[in-house]
Amino acid sequence: MNALLDIRDLDLTLDGQSPLRLLRRVSLQVAPGQIVGLVGESGAGKTMVSRVVLGIAPANTRVTHGTVVFDGRDITHLSERQRRHLLGREIAFIPQNPMTALNPVERIGPQITDVLRMHLGLGRMAARDRAATLLREVHLREPERILRQYPHELSGGMRQRVLIAVAFACKPKLVIADEPTTALDVTVQKQILQLIRELQRNSATAILFITHDLGVVAKLCDYVTVMHGGRVLESAPAAQLFASPAHDYTRALFAATPRFDRPADELKPIPAALTRQLGEEARALDARDAQ
Amino acid sequence: MKVVAILRNPRVAFGALVLLAMVVAAAGAPWLSPHDPLEQDLLNSFQSPGADGGDQAHPLGTDSLGRDILSRLIYGARPALIVAFVAALFAGLIGTALGLAAGYSGGRLDASISRLVDIWMSFPSVLLCIVLAAVLGAGLHTVVIAIIVIDWTRFCRVVRAETMLQKSHDYVSSAVTIGLGSVRIVVSEILPNVAPLLLTLFTLEMGIAIVVEAILSFVGLSVSSGAATWGGLIQEGRLYVNQAWWLMAAPMACIIVAVLGLNALGDGLREVIDPVKAR
Repeated sequence: MNALLDIRDLDLTLDGQSPLRLLRRVSLQVAPGQIVGLVGESGAGKTMVSRVVLGIAPANTRVTHGTVVFDGRDITHLSERQRRHLLGREIAFIPQNPMTALNPVERIGPQITDVLRMHLGLGRMAARDRAATLLREVHLREPERILRQYPHELSGGMRQRVLIAVAFACKPKLVIADEPTTALDVTVQKQILQLIRELQRNSATAILFITHDLGVVAKLCDYVTVMHGGRVLESAPAAQLFASPAHDYTRALFAATPRFDRPADELKPIPAALTRQLGEEARALDARDAQ
Repeated sequence: MKVVAILRNPRVAFGALVLLAMVVAAAGAPWLSPHDPLEQDLLNSFQSPGADGGDQAHPLGTDSLGRDILSRLIYGARPALIVAFVAALFAGLIGTALGLAAGYSGGRLDASISRLVDIWMSFPSVLLCIVLAAVLGAGLHTVVIAIIVIDWTRFCRVVRAETMLQKSHDYVSSAVTIGLGSVRIVVSEILPNVAPLLLTLFTLEMGIAIVVEAILSFVGLSVSSGAATWGGLIQEGRLYVNQAWWLMAAPMACIIVAVLGLNALGDGLREVIDPVKAR
């Protein structure tokens, strides 16, 4: 497979008196133009995977094994300077919480034009025109007015649209979206997902979509990777995964997801025995890899 | 935010008024003061405030050489304001630069700057002033340098803590993910968010600088006694406190009002500008 993003056997370790393994031999591929869902419960390591790719993993963590290859180039240990050319231009990011991801004391305009001027070398006026066009593309009305506004004057949904506009501004090859709809209410969630889908179709951008919402994955993704306890349990095309999940945990995850077409009492929590078994497997893995 | 809305806060209004009065006094000293501050009138020495001094009125009385106290107080606003402004400005610049660097970069740079601040602050500041005065000689420049040298740590610590807080906000990682460099992020993303705090610190530091200037004048490390400074006036008045209490009381009142005003301004601005407290 000719992957755009190819993560192989990635280990991330939290330094400390007793180093903690946050990622355990994570492998993940994203093909050009594909939407890959990365699902798992809280603490599964989904966000850490994205942070390693973006080079914003916490300062006290280290990649101790494996490689991240983007577009045929190893980006595991890039210098800050080299990474800056990549971020925003070829790899973009849609953050989880639109309420805090914009600078509160800066107008929307410069927050969008920054990325255009830096990566595309546009002049002030050209960048401003382009920013207005981008805002129109994310279906915001009166873009000229929004450019002059401060983040607190916009709603959460509008801010998320602004952030999506920033992410798609330079037509990146890969967009990493870290639970972009979690902080929004349900009706806005749907609109945002439609918007991401639309932009993705128009620009043939690949998306790594991190979420714990299986409904979103079913609607949006071509391919799904399931994570738990810092390791990948299962990767499969979305249709296949939903039709016949291979791993017990994936099945348990489906059984624990509320659905309109099922009575609520059919919901089952993830069995404690399964969690325990996964924990033991992880420890066994750690013991093996430590040798 | 509108200026009018900010001035509606009583503390800000009071502080701004005091600051304005000081600026007017310092700038317009030659026109506002009834006499030359150095003009002696030995026949009319130790006149009490409001006493009839013949053809020359001295609203706040005269000192041992018959110099007009009011005029000397008005001229005294000049060194006070210059010291307050210049010292606070440079202490702020140095402290902010180091604080931003330490707070944003973390790691070894942060550790070394923080230890430097700790050591610096454990050093007795009065001793440092005297050593500086011995090296540089007495004068206004010594006072300014002494305040900068001592008080940059105040800015550094606060700015470092605030920068670390701002760095943890999502908008900073957003800036990283669109490929902005560290310097750019610190200057154009974090600094504007630290600015309200800096404004507050700056006004508070101006108040502190006025007190320090008075102290150094009092112990004779500031400008020569001929020129009028508030601290110098207190020091001169001290000798005659039994005969002429107003010689000390008047400059002390000036210092108290000035510092009170600047502190009120700083506190008020913090209240008004802080979006959490404002609502």
